[in-house]
Amino acid sequence: MLRLFPFLFFFVLSLPVFSAENDAQGESELTTLVGQLPSTKLNKMSTLIEKIADTSAPQVRAILEPLIAGDLYYLKSNKQVVSVFKNSDNQYQLTDVLNAQALPTVSKSAIKKVRTNNRLRGQIRDLLANLDLSSEQAEVRISALKLLLDKPNQAGITAVNKLIKTEQDSEARDLMSAIMLVEQLENGNDAEKLSAAKQLSSRLEPSVKNALVSELQKIPASQQGGPLKTELTNAVEDIEQQISVFKLAENLFFGLSLGSVLLLAAIGLAITFGVMGVINMAHGEMMMLGAYTTYVIQQTFPSLIEYSLLMAVPAAFLVSGFVGILIERGVIRFLKGRPLETLLATFGISLILQQLVRTVFSPLNRQVEAPLWMSGSLEINPVLSLTYNRLYIIIFSLMVFFSLLMILKRSSLGLHVRAVSQNRDMARALSVKSSWVDAITFGLGSGIAGVAGVALSQLTNVGPNLGQAYIIDSFLVVVFGGVGNLWGTLVAAMTMGTFNKVLEPSMGPVLANIIVLVSLVLFIQKRPKGLFPQKGRAAE
Amino acid sequence: MKLKKLIVASSIVATGLMTNFAYAADTIKVGVLHSLSGTMAISETTLKDTVLMMIEDQNANGGLLGKQIEPVVVDPASNWPLFAEKGRELLAKDKVDVIFGSWTSVSRKSVLPVLEELNGLMFYPVQYEGEESSKNVFYTGAAPNQQAIPAVDYLMNDIGAERFVLLGTDYVYPRTTNKILEAYLMANGVKAEDIMINYTPFGHSDWQSIVSDVKRFGSEGKQTAVISTVNGDANIPFYKELGNQGISAEDIPVIAFSVGEEELSGFDTKPLVGHLAAWNYFQSVDTEENAEFIAKWKKYIGDDKRVTNDPMEATYIGFKMWVKAVEKAGTTDVDAVEQAMIGIAVPNLTGGTAVMNSNHHLSKPVLIGEIQEDGQFEVVWETPDTVIGDAWSDFLPSSKNLVADWTSPIKCGNFDITTAKCSGQQF
Repeated sequence: MLRLFPFLFFFVLSLPVFSAENDAQGESELTTLVGQLPSTKLNKMSTLIEKIADTSAPQVRAILEPLIAGDLYYLKSNKQVVSVFKNSDNQYQLTDVLNAQALPTVSKSAIKKVRTNNRLRGQIRDLLANLDLSSEQAEVRISALKLLLDKPNQAGITAVNKLIKTEQDSEARDLMSAIMLVEQLENGNDAEKLSAAKQLSSRLEPSVKNALVSELQKIPASQQGGPLKTELTNAVEDIEQQISVFKLAENLFFGLSLGSVLLLAAIGLAITFGVMGVINMAHGEMMMLGAYTTYVIQQTFPSLIEYSLLMAVPAAFLVSGFVGILIERGVIRFLKGRPLETLLATFGISLILQQLVRTVFSPLNRQVEAPLWMSGSLEINPVLSLTYNRLYIIIFSLMVFFSLLMILKRSSLGLHVRAVSQNRDMARALSVKSSWVDAITFGLGSGIAGVAGVALSQLTNVGPNLGQAYIIDSFLVVVFGGVGNLWGTLVAAMTMGTFNKVLEPSMGPVLANIIVLVSLVLFIQKRPKGLFPQKGRAAE
Repeated sequence: MKLKKLIVASSIVATGLMTNFAYAADTIKVGVLHSLSGTMAISETTLKDTVLMMIEDQNANGGLLGKQIEPVVVDPASNWPLFAEKGRELLAKDKVDVIFGSWTSVSRKSVLPVLEELNGLMFYPVQYEGEESSKNVFYTGAAPNQQAIPAVDYLMNDIGAERFVLLGTDYVYPRTTNKILEAYLMANGVKAEDIMINYTPFGHSDWQSIVSDVKRFGSEGKQTAVISTVNGDANIPFYKELGNQGISAEDIPVIAFSVGEEELSGFDTKPLVGHLAAWNYFQSVDTEENAEFIAKWKKYIGDDKRVTNDPMEATYIGFKMWVKAVEKAGTTDVDAVEQAMIGIAVPNLTGGTAVMNSNHHLSKPVLIGEIQEDGQFEVVWETPDTVIGDAWSDFLPSSKNLVADWTSPIKCGNFDITTAKCSGQQF
C-alpha cells in the first residue's frame, strides 16, 4: 500500500493534464500574457492585447470587457489581475479574470487600475466586435457589423464570409453583403469591381463612399472613360446627391429645434408682455427657477432620475407661477401704466433672484442629469440621425403652445384675460375682477417660463445666469411675431430658428447670429408691429 | 535640548511681538488682483483664496525678511478696463510690493501699461497665447509650446490623428492659439483641407450644426481629433451634444485646453469620459507635495469637495518663487527682485522642479489626462522632462525671429535675432 501511494499520487496529478493537454497549453499562455498586463507600458499594450485576443480562449471576453469599461485592476500585493465592482459602501468586489473566482472585497488602496487610453479602447472595441459577430442577439450582431463596415479588418471579413450563408436577420444580412461588396470593390478584378460599384451606389454609409472615392483615385487621371471609372463616378455622385438631400433635412430639423427652444423661452413672455403689456425683465429668472426646481427634484429623489423631468414640469410651473404672482401683487400692480418704472423694477427683481440663487445654491453651475430616454439619437439612416432630447423638446414646446392656446381661447379664465386686456373698464363694469385676473395671468406666464426652464436644463447650464442668456431672444421673438398674438410668436420663433440654422453651416454661428439680428431690425423698421399685428379697436 | 527649546520659545514670542508691531508699522504688501464678481468670479475667486492661503502659511512660518506679509485684495469685477484702474490703485495708493492677478489675456493686456509705467511686478498664473514678455510680469502659466504644441504631438503620434478640427470661443486666446496650431500642423504636413476651424460666441449653447459638421468631417476615412479652446460654460452643451450624436472619445477624441478639475465639478461627467485635456498639473498626480497641498487647501477652504487645478499650482509656484527671490535679493525692490527671480528653482507639485527662465516664463512638464467619471483626470502621457516656456512662437512668421531675454546684455522682451535689435515696444 505504501509503495502504491506515490504512483497513485502521480496518477491523480497527471489525469487532468492528459485529458486537456491543448487547453492547458493555451491556458498557460494566457496566464503569462495576463500576468504581463500590470507591468506593460501603454505603448506596448496594443500588441499584448492582440496576443490575448489571438489565444481565443473563453476568458478573453472576461478580460477585455472590464478593460474597456475601466474596471480591470490588479492587486498591488501579488499583481493578480481582477475585474472589480464597486459596491454601495465604497468597497471593491473582486473577481479573478482567469478562473472567474470571487475574491474577498478590498478598499481602493489595495488595487491599481490597468491603464488604457482611447486608442487601446478603440482597438479592444474592434476585437470585441469580431467576437460579437456570432452573437445570439440580432442587435449585437448588427452593431458589430456596423463597426466592421466602418473599420474593416481581415479577421472580421473572413468571419462574415462564413456567417453570411446562415444569417437570418435581414438587416444584418444587408450589412454583411455591404461589407463583402466593399471588400470586393477593393480587392476584386475589374468585373467584380464594376458590379460592386453598381450595387453600392444606393448605400449611405460614409465608409462605402470613402471606399468608392479611394477606388476612383486609384485610376490614373490620364485614363479616359472606361466603364469602371464611369460607374464609380456615377456611384459617388449618386451618394453625394442623396447625402445633400438628407443634410438639408438635418438643417431643417436643427432649425425647428432651435425655434422650439426660442418658442418655449418666449411663450410665457407672450402672455405677460404680449397680452398684459408688462415689460418683465425678470422673465429669464422665472426660467432659471424652473431649471433649479428640476435640480432640486433630482437631488430629492435620486433614484427616480428617469421620471424627474415629468415631476419637474408641474413643480416648476407651481414654483415660478407662485413667484410670478408674488411679483405682480408686490410690485407690478403699483406701477400700472408706467412702463419705464416697471422695466427698472423688474430688472431689479431679476438681479435679486440671481443673487438669491447664488447664495442658496452657490455661484457654480449645478449638475442636472439627463434621463436615459433623453440621451442618444434616433438613427434614420447613416447620415441622418435626430437627437432624442431635441426631438422631445420640439414636441414638448408644441404641446405647451397648444395647451396655452386652449386656455386662452376656451376657458373662462382665458375669456376674462382677453376681456381685461382689450378693455379694462368695460370688463370691470361687467363684474370681472380685473386685479385678480392680472395676478393669475402673470402667474400663468411665469409658470410657463418655469416649464421652459425644465426643458432648458436639458440643453444648457443650470446656473444663476441661465435666464439672462434667453431674455433678449424672448423679447425679439415676441416683438417680431407681433405683440399679443400667440400664433405670431410660434411663426416668429420657428422662422428665426430655421433662418439661423440655414445660415450657420456656410458662415459660422457668430456671423449667422449677426445677420439674423440685422434682418430683424430692418424688418421691425419696415413693420413696427411685427408679423401679425393686432387689428381693430382693441389694438389701440 | 533645553537650549533648543529656549530658542524656539523665544523666537515664537519674538515673532508674536513682531507681528503686532509689523502690522502697525512695517509689512510687506501683496496685492491680489482677481475678479471676485462677474463672469470670471467662478475661476478667479479660487486663485484669490490660494494666494491668501499661501500668505497665511508664510506668515505662520515667520513671514518674509522678518516682516509679516499683508494681503491687499481688490475686486476688478471681470471688467477689463477696471483691471488697469485697480492695478494703479494697488501700486500708487497701497504701494504693494508685488501683485498676483489676472485670468483672461485681455485683463492682463489692460493692466500691463500701468505695471510698466509705475514699475510694478505681477505674477500671471494662467495658460495663455504667448507673444508677450514684459519686464514687469512673470508668466507662471503655460505658453503655447507647453500645452498646445505637445497636445498636437500627442494626437499625431499616439492617437494617429490626420485631420484636425480647431474649435474655439471667439476671442484673443483661441484665435492666437489656433493660428499657431494651424501653422504648426501645416509645417508637419497636414493639408489645408484636413483642418477645419470654427469659432463660437461666449456661452454658446446650440451645438447641433457644429457637432454634425465635425461628425461628417470625421467620417471621411481618416482619424480625426478635435482641439478645443472653447471656454467655460459652453463646454457642457458641447460635450452633451457629442454624446447625443453618438461620437465617442474613441472615434473622435476632443482635447481641451480650458477644461480642468474646477470646471468639471459642475458637469454631468458621463458624456465626457475618455476625452482629453492638456495641462501642466492634475489633482490626481500622486506625489507627496501634491497630497500635502491638496490637504492644506481643503482645510483652508473648509470644504472636502473642493478640487485643485493647474492655475492654482501656477499661483503656488509663483508665490514660492517670489518669496525665494525676495530672500535672495534681501529686499522687495522690484528691479532687484526681477533680477533675482531669473534662475530661481522651486519644486512643483508633480514631482519635478520649476525653473524661472530669462524670458520670464517657467519650465514645466506637460501632462495629458483622460477625463474620468469622478471629474478627475488620469494621466495617459507626459513629457519626459520639463519644457522651457517660449514667449514668442517659432511657428508664426511675425514672431519666429524674436526672443525674450531679461538678463544682460540683451535685457529685452522682444529681441530680433536677425537684426540684433530690441524693437523697443515693451509688449
